[in-house]
Order: sequence, then C-alpha cells, then structure tokens
Amino acid sequence: MQTPVTIEVQGLACTRGERLVFADVAFQLAKGGVLAVEGPNGAGKTSLLRILAGFIEPSAGSVCLVSGHERVREPEERAKLVGWLGHADAARSQLTPLELLRDFSALYRSAVDVRAALDRVGLATLASLPCRYLSAGQKKRLALARLLVCNRSIWLLDEPLAALDARGKALASDLIQEHRAAGGIAVVATHESLNLESFELRLGGQIP
Amino acid sequence: MMSFMALVSRDVRLAVRAGGGAALAVAFFAAAATLVPLGVGADLWLLAQIAGGVLWVAAVLAALLSLDRLFQADFDDGSLDIIALSPLSLETISVAKILSHWLTTGVPLTLVSPLLGVLFGLPAKAIAVLSLSLLMGTPAISAIGAIGAGLTLAIRRGGLILPLVVLPLLAPAVIFGAGSVLATLNTMPGGALALLAAYSLAAVLLAPFAVAAAVRLNLGG
Repeated sequence: MQTPVTIEVQGLACTRGERLVFADVAFQLAKGGVLAVEGPNGAGKTSLLRILAGFIEPSAGSVCLVSGHERVREPEERAKLVGWLGHADAARSQLTPLELLRDFSALYRSAVDVRAALDRVGLATLASLPCRYLSAGQKKRLALARLLVCNRSIWLLDEPLAALDARGKALASDLIQEHRAAGGIAVVATHESLNLESFELRLGGQIP
Repeated sequence: MMSFMALVSRDVRLAVRAGGGAALAVAFFAAAATLVPLGVGADLWLLAQIAGGVLWVAAVLAALLSLDRLFQADFDDGSLDIIALSPLSLETISVAKILSHWLTTGVPLTLVSPLLGVLFGLPAKAIAVLSLSLLMGTPAISAIGAIGAGLTLAIRRGGLILPLVVLPLLAPAVIFGAGSVLATLNTMPGGALALLAAYSLAAVLLAPFAVAAAVRLNLGG
C-alpha cells in the first residue's frame, strides 16, 4: 500500500522562453486518481509534469501535495514523492537492465524485488544484456520496471505508451491500474488512449 | 548513506567501464608528461626544475578531459532527472559526483605521478612532495571542475567552454602544487603545501552548493 496522497493544483501558469505555454490550469487528484493530460505538440504537457515534479518553477499558481496529514509545498520535498518516467528512458548503454535497476533500487532505498519487476515487464531474459542492445520499446519497458522499483506514490509519466507494442501498451495500462488500486496517483501525458477510467485535462487552446 | 554509496559505486563503475574515461585521463597524463622530456632534451637539472609545473599542468588538463562525463551523460539520457528525484538532496548528489570523479581521476593520477617524477629526474624527497601535493590538490580539481560541468550542462559542445570556466579557478592549485615541488627541490622554505591544502579544503566544502545550484538551473531549463 502507498501512503495516501492527494495533489492540488491551482491557477497554474507556465512561461517558457517568454512564451506563455498555458495558464489557469487547475485540478485535484485524490487517492487512486489518474489524470490523462492531452494536447497538441508544444501545448505544455511535459512542462506541466516538470512543474509537478518540482524541476520548473511555475510562473503563477501553486502545487500542493498532501501526504498523510502533511502538506508538502516545497519543490525539493515534493520530489521525494514522485516516480518519474520521462521521454528520455535513462537506459545507460554500458549498464545491463539488472544493474541499472539495482542501482536505482539502492539509490531510492526501495524494497521492491528487482528481478520480479524485470519479469513483470517481460525483460527477464534480457536482464544481463547491456542496454545498448535494447530496442526503443524494450527500453521503455525497462523504464516501467524502474518506475516499479522506485516505488513512489505519485507517478508522473510522459508518453509512457510511445514505442511500445500492443502488449506493451496493455502492460503499461495494467501497471497504472495496479498502482491506482494500491492507492497511488498518476498524471499521464499522452496522445493515445490509456484504456482505463481517468480524468482528462486538455492543454493547448491557443492563448491570446 | 546507502543511497550515497549506491550513487558513488554506480558512477565509479561507469567510469571504469569501456568508454568511461578513467583510463583515458591517466593515459593522457602519462603521454603528455612523457612528451615534455623528449621536447626539452636530456638536461636533467632543467627537467627537475620544470617537473612540478609540467606534471601539475598535465594533471589539470587530464582531469578536465573527463569532466564532461560528470553530469553530461546522465543529463542527456534522463538519468539525472531520476537521480534528482531520489531521497538525496542535489548538494549530496554533487558531493557523490565529485567524490566518484576524484576516485577515478585524482587518485589514479596521484598513483602514477611517482613514475613520471623519476622520468623527470626528481629526487625521492621531491617525488614524495609531488605525490602529496597531487593527493591534496586533485579533490579541488574535481570540485571546481564539477561547477563548470554543472554550468555548461545544457550547452551542446560544452566541452570546449568548460576549460575556459574552470582553468582560471584552478590556477591557485597549479601555483601552489608546482611551487611546493620546486621549493623542496631547491631547499627553500615552503608554505605552498599548506596553502594548497587550505585552497583544496575551501573548494571541496563550497563547490557542492555551487554545483547543486547550477544543476538545479539546468534541470529547470
């Protein structure tokens, strides 16, 4: 079970290179909530996720996480609750999937079984092959396994379905479903349907 | 502590593997230092006089070569995002990165320096001072180099700007380090080692904060 968390976002605006990307974004997600963020290229999906993770300061508005009974506002504190899957897959070519997951497992002080996570995403037989030989889809599966190993309650996923085959896509949806069933939260930027019940946020109306 | 050691062991492992650059730095150091006697000629007195300066400059340049691996690869493939979200603060992450760079660059350079000292005809006592000065000074190279690496993170071909940022800040290390060898050689009173230690200590203590600020800036960019 994850620590129950909620996420509250109010009046969020993002400016990148003096261009206003989005403004007045507000949503609230409670335990088990999944938010699908949609919108055309450049609508600010990745920027929104990076703001939630605390990498970027929003130009207006606030992000507040409630973990247990604690309100967490500081970006550096928020970071400790976030599981991140970006479009860069962090599969270092010299490391094997097993090594990579073990490193992140130790770094995140996680108790999740690394081999079970590899098995779950269908990479058990490739555990000892350097990542440079993995395909784009396999790297994405590895990133999903990393997400399981890091074991955080708030998942921020940037295009988790990209490069995955049909079974991979189903796997990603299943993992999100299991995560929410365990009480976690997910915010997912995607162009494709997640095939699960979720709230939707549409970015990218042209802002005058 | 467990997270910290995990990050250090990961970075050391990556540096030692093929393409990691740890061996490259030592090879560059040895090659550059070996070329100088070939160019200057077999005047042992002259070689001994310039040995401290040449070896220190070669050490700084060798360490610079491998600085871009400090953050660049992690930044490019997205690993840095995930490391930044770990339970460690960015300051602690910076300390881990500096430590692993020193372990894979500063320590090997120090270890091969006695050999090169012999090549330059240094007496035993001066060789000992040379190695000691490198042992004390190389942490400063890694620490200050990390500031440059953090600042130039988002710049393509940042490798060319990095030396311009870092070299002026490393001038004191070269002056004190080379000075200590020269002082021992000519039996002059030496305070250079103490100054080098002070400089190195200050660099190692203050740099992580600057590195963390630089990385934070680039993660948001």
